Amino acid sequence: MHTELVIFLFLALATLGGAGGVALSRNIFWSAMGLLSCLVGVGGLYVLLSADFVAITQVLVYIGGVLVLIIFAVMLTSQIQDINVSNRSMGLVGGCVVFLVVATMLSFVAIWAPWKLTDKPPVVDTTAAIGNGLLGTWLLPFEIVSVVLLATLIGAIVIARKEVKSDD
Amino acid sequence: MANLTLNHFLVIGALLFGFGVLAVVTRRNAVAVLMGIELILNAANLNLVAFGRYVAGGISGQVFGLFVIVLAAAEAAVGLAIILTIYQMLRNIDTSRTTTLKQ
Repeated sequence: MHTELVIFLFLALATLGGAGGVALSRNIFWSAMGLLSCLVGVGGLYVLLSADFVAITQVLVYIGGVLVLIIFAVMLTSQIQDINVSNRSMGLVGGCVVFLVVATMLSFVAIWAPWKLTDKPPVVDTTAAIGNGLLGTWLLPFEIVSVVLLATLIGAIVIARKEVKSDD
Repeated sequence: MANLTLNHFLVIGALLFGFGVLAVVTRRNAVAVLMGIELILNAANLNLVAFGRYVAGGISGQVFGLFVIVLAAAEAAVGLAIILTIYQMLRNIDTSRTTTLKQ
């Protein structure tokens, strides 16, 4: 089982290194690249948790969709050469205090809480099981999410479009 | 005994959440704040899938993770549309200077 641990450590390094880049990099474009590394790492962690369908969805939706959107926004809104674009408001010291408090508190809870572990083996055929679940047990949330996506689509277009004024 | 346990993933999720909060709190660029929110959502999602694997069993955790991914994509689309509109109006997206609602 040592290979599993080595892979886990590698993925954790990619995830946390990318997250640190997002939080600390001065250049907004390098923050976006850090987000890429972080998302790939989290996708790998999903595979380690035997959640392969979620991992593929992560790659498709996050890296193929959200990250491209974010990079578009970075390119459209900020002068990348300008190093002061992403300067800080609270100061690094206050931010680090917040980080240490949050991370240590959550890790403490995660390690010391008596979780009731299951000894069921992981579901192997997750795609079929998720497909059946989405059209069975979780049908109502599935439909609501589709309505939410439609509303989001229309809302984003309405917000971002240019208003055409007719000069009569 | 070097098996992976629930604690490994929960600690990674906690650190990821901390970095996300750090990005949201310290950044002034609105796009970077949005990236911090994505980190926070990913941390929560990792916890959901890990609990589904080690505590609940079955696929319920993964289905919740899928819903979170979909809603995160929706949130990113609307958030970036708002940021682009603010940029068109004010020519910058510095969160400490976009304070027109205060006046």
